[in-house]
Amino acid sequence: MKLAVRKELLVGLTAVILGLVAGAIFMAVTANNPFAGYFYLFAGGLMNVERIGNTLAMATPLILTGLSVAFAFRTGLFNIGAAGQALIGGLVATILALTLALPQVLLLPVILVGSALGGALWAWLPGLLKARFNVHEVVSTIMMNWIAYWLTYYIVPSFFKGAYETESRIIPDAGSLKLPWLTQLFSGSFINLGLLVALAAVVVIAIILNRTVLGYRLKAVGFNRFAAEYAGIRVNRHVVISMTIAGALAGLAGATLYVGYATSMQIGVLPSIGIDGIAVALLASNSPLGVLGSALFFGILQSGKGFMNAMTKIPPEIGDTIIATIIYFAATSVLIEQWFDRWGKKRRGGNTRV
Amino acid sequence: MFDIILHIFPYAIAFTIPLLVTSLGGLYSERSGVVNIGLEGLMVMGSFAAAAVTVALYPTMGAGAVWVGLAAAMFAGAIFSLLHAFASINLNANQVISGTAINMIAGALTVFIARTLTGSGNIQIKQGVPRVDIPFLSDIPLVGPLLFQKSYATTWIVLLLWAVLWFVLYKTPFGLRLRACGEHPHAADSAGINVQSIRYAAVVISGALAGLGGATILVTYSGEFNGSVAGLGFLALAALIFGQWKPLGILGACFFFGFAATLANASQAEPALKVIPEVILKVFPYVVTLAALVLLSKKSQAPRASGEPFEAGKR
Repeated sequence: MKLAVRKELLVGLTAVILGLVAGAIFMAVTANNPFAGYFYLFAGGLMNVERIGNTLAMATPLILTGLSVAFAFRTGLFNIGAAGQALIGGLVATILALTLALPQVLLLPVILVGSALGGALWAWLPGLLKARFNVHEVVSTIMMNWIAYWLTYYIVPSFFKGAYETESRIIPDAGSLKLPWLTQLFSGSFINLGLLVALAAVVVIAIILNRTVLGYRLKAVGFNRFAAEYAGIRVNRHVVISMTIAGALAGLAGATLYVGYATSMQIGVLPSIGIDGIAVALLASNSPLGVLGSALFFGILQSGKGFMNAMTKIPPEIGDTIIATIIYFAATSVLIEQWFDRWGKKRRGGNTRV
Repeated sequence: MFDIILHIFPYAIAFTIPLLVTSLGGLYSERSGVVNIGLEGLMVMGSFAAAAVTVALYPTMGAGAVWVGLAAAMFAGAIFSLLHAFASINLNANQVISGTAINMIAGALTVFIARTLTGSGNIQIKQGVPRVDIPFLSDIPLVGPLLFQKSYATTWIVLLLWAVLWFVLYKTPFGLRLRACGEHPHAADSAGINVQSIRYAAVVISGALAGLGGATILVTYSGEFNGSVAGLGFLALAALIFGQWKPLGILGACFFFGFAATLANASQAEPALKVIPEVILKVFPYVVTLAALVLLSKKSQAPRASGEPFEAGKR
């Protein structure tokens, strides 16, 4: 087991290195200096306390959507709908923050629970359709994404219109996950309470997956649903449970994005944290701790790209290009594994001559 | 009611056609056994290639540049789809993940290049495809103005392609082999068919068609590349399933989406539609798709081996 984990880590790191090399090539081809590019990219994410805080804030929703995708993946489900679930979670959070007049200690838990329930509902339906009618979750969650998009598009301006037609009113301090002491600690960055929620979620999901009967059954369904059925596990029920928990995680991600990172809810965009969550989960081989690591890494790329763009002529899209390339290398990890196997065999072959 | 149809008909057709050609690409890929969720990215790639080539050639070629652009879009889509083919056919990678990677790479890389080319992430073309009156047919009362007057040339190309693709899929040896690879690759293999090369051909065809789909948006109603096709690739995937993996079904599903989407967009301009809240019209196509998937689930016609890697030794 220990060996398998090490191999996954090795493959993940190789994918990252290959992705960075590809990024360097793209920079060089477009007549930019890759060394300067990477220097400013990482400096932009890490060079002082404020920027580290921003990187952590950027990584927060990615940790949660990454967990969401990874959790569903362990049950053999592909949750491509984390964006829509996050949008609904964010919408619920925004509505609660703007309507409830509660003290902050009460309001924040209500917001978090509400956003998790909203996201859970948005994934429960595709889970149910999968279990009952065998509707593929990839298609149904994509449909749910667009339904969430249009609902938000009309609800926000109709009931919570702010200064512009395309955004909600400003979230009041009591309803914001940004806490003054935390913001001051990181000299005025976007960091917020969501980070602690995300870290707690990593621990909880790791415990569920590795230490509980529920996690064991969910993974059994993911490995082989027929064998699981034969062993007496109610497959359909666990498909619904898996999707619902995944949706709750994505809903929380929406709260950390719209009432944590941002100060008001923007309409007309499906949040990119949905697709980026897939990238995070994939690079992490669906392990909760791995999700934390890869979300932090992607957080650096996402938050450093603006600074890089300001200091060099490299377009900020290089960040997304690198992430996308890493994902392609992770998707084709079979190839990397083969290299490692061959390399390992050669070394062993030298010693034993089999 | 008829008035409304008359008003929105040209817009609905314009919206349907790129969806249709992309969905046909998905059809070829899935009927051969490879799920292609990367259609969205392939469309973006096609849109980018068409925009870049058209803008580059416009000073010398003028109105003809757009045709070279369309060809370039098909070529770019085909080349780019090789990434997906390699991952899913040679490496037996998870096809959904590989397709997602395709979407991400296309969305990021094209804007990255566009920014280095033009400074902004967008590329505007000066002139789209010509709008043509079909001789004789356009003089028919009622139907003439609706279908045959001032129609985009690409509309007819794509409808012609639909017929050709239908013929190839059902009436040629290649089509039979392609369908066999999607239903029972091992049986096809034992009959001497090279499953891998058939699947390669199918994925490359789907890339070319999706590229054409993305370019069609550019050369008809949008006129500008901006790094996105607004989820049309995913909608094409839904149309493929809604149409039950059959050319005629896909044609119907795409027209349904085209009309539903256009109806929602036009609702504010049409007094008769204003009574319905816009949000209901907007979510209507997606809700109907979900409902249709539930209703069709019992007798789904999905290719049996779709999404499954082919391993020759496995029984």
